[in-house]
Amino acid sequence: MLTGVKETGRDKLFLICNYLYVFAAFLIVFYPVVYIVSASVSDPKYVASGEMWLWPKGITFDGYQRVLENSNIWIGYWNTIVYTVLGTAINLAVTLPAAYALSRKDFVGRHFFTGMFMVTMFFGGGLVPTYLLVKQLHMVNTVWAIVLPSAASIWNIIVSRTFFQSSIPRELQEAAQIDGATNMKLFVRIILPLSMPIIAVMALFYGVGNWNSYFSALIYLNDNAKYPLQLVLRQILVLQEMSAQGGGVIDSSTATAMNTKAEIAALVKYAVIIVATVPVIAVYPFLQRYFVQGVMIGSIKG
Amino acid sequence: MQDTDAVIARGTSSETVPPNRSLWKKIVRNWELYLFVAPAFLYFLIFSYGPMYGIQIAFKNYIPTKGILGSPWVGFDHFVRFFHSYYFWDLIWNTLSISLYELAVGFPIPIILALAFNEVRTGFFKKLAQTVTYAPHFISVVVMAGMIITFLSPSTGMIVRLIEGLGFGSPDFLTDPRWFKTMYVLSGVWQSAGWGTIIYLAALSGVDPGLHEAAIIDGASRFQRVRHINVPTLLPTMTILLILNMGSLFGVGFEKILLLQNPLNMDSSDVISTFVYRSGLVDAQYSFSTAIGLFNSVVNAALLVLVNQIVRRTSENSLW
Repeated sequence: MLTGVKETGRDKLFLICNYLYVFAAFLIVFYPVVYIVSASVSDPKYVASGEMWLWPKGITFDGYQRVLENSNIWIGYWNTIVYTVLGTAINLAVTLPAAYALSRKDFVGRHFFTGMFMVTMFFGGGLVPTYLLVKQLHMVNTVWAIVLPSAASIWNIIVSRTFFQSSIPRELQEAAQIDGATNMKLFVRIILPLSMPIIAVMALFYGVGNWNSYFSALIYLNDNAKYPLQLVLRQILVLQEMSAQGGGVIDSSTATAMNTKAEIAALVKYAVIIVATVPVIAVYPFLQRYFVQGVMIGSIKG
Repeated sequence: MQDTDAVIARGTSSETVPPNRSLWKKIVRNWELYLFVAPAFLYFLIFSYGPMYGIQIAFKNYIPTKGILGSPWVGFDHFVRFFHSYYFWDLIWNTLSISLYELAVGFPIPIILALAFNEVRTGFFKKLAQTVTYAPHFISVVVMAGMIITFLSPSTGMIVRLIEGLGFGSPDFLTDPRWFKTMYVLSGVWQSAGWGTIIYLAALSGVDPGLHEAAIIDGASRFQRVRHINVPTLLPTMTILLILNMGSLFGVGFEKILLLQNPLNMDSSDVISTFVYRSGLVDAQYSFSTAIGLFNSVVNAALLVLVNQIVRRTSENSLW
């Protein structure tokens, strides 16, 4: 930074306030995360009473044990892996070649295709017509209902197109073409190897989206054995809570039993949050650079 | 960083086409590019334009056995029924108020946070603060809803305990309609404010250091430099994001609302999109639900065009 310039008292005050502000933002985001991690390995008694507020207390791995014994979670995990891998492969296969074609200025019709794709950003058929279409295509309750209706995102196509347009020298492409390379050869041998950053960004964006999505599974799947992890989580985290709230007149012994049950349910919830989020959060710090890069490429008007 | 700088610097180079090459020759020579674009073309044709064809059932009485074409026309009946229903204004109000609330709180915070990040010296603390505040962006909406429900649960919730610990009586956040919108908006800020700073930080990284040097020589304080150099730098980005946000005022994302909704907070949590889901896919009123969805997307598209038009009249930063 600009050294040698003396900071005035007011500047120092401003800087201190600024650091405090950033630190507060950091704490507000970080504390709930630490709390969940600690609560997932603490005796639910202390969590419920508020005695556990930062570090684990009365360490127990009961929550994780119950989660890992739950076969639905394992099935959900497996389904999610399948949907994410297959879905992301389709996403990339649709997005990258199309984005490359649209990046070529000598591609007759690029304005037509770009326009046709962009319209979908602003207007769509809506929920019911989409549902009826998927039903008519006999995809309900199959993996295709999960991966095909979200095979590409116009936003990601534009981001990739911007990358191809601006990061790969045109001269290189022209030279390859003069040497007799076909477009296919050019794309596979030259463009793709030079595009690892954008391939990584796209794989990550699509991958995280596929891993985290629940809504298409909710409306298109009706067989429990096909549920992805997020739907299993919904049953554990969201629906169970709602059913626990309904009640009526209860005598004291059932009340105690229900209390213990509620505490264990809470413990399981903390554990399940960790188990479901770890894969994404664990890879994120290493790949943060790529995610940030993706957002930045996207922010340049294409 | 290096790449993106190069992106900006390069801009768009104009294409030179040899004049003797006819259009047809160009098409034939690049036949493979049509193959490249084909999967995306088919995808959008089937899964985006296909449903648009199905919109016609909004003006029909869709009967599954008769199909989309065979069902009888009813004109604007479904729209009229919706406009005259007792819940019409409630749905509009909930949708709009949640959007505006979200905009009022969620729009400035990433900007302020980005300006603050920018003043923090590069080092371990900055990196840690950024990494941690970005991370919630990757938490799935189901887990997010689960966290909200767990933290606000009346018997054991962490936030409820915190409020009670400070000596206040805690409301029943999950079931009290008055708290739904606040709960929805603040949890959204928690999850996405950090991630939202990236786009502003990218803009800030482009500020010419010479400007700051000149300002320092002129005796500008740090705050004045932020106020008069950094904030104006962010204006174009802010304008574009504001247009996009205004354009989706009626398009409140319903995935989280659907998860947090319960019969007790319905008064303030029912928005157009959740109503479309319930009437269409839960109650199977296909035509009625399609009509409401169509009304919603027409209003959305109109708003986007309108806001963009207004911005284009008053400044040079518009979407198109």
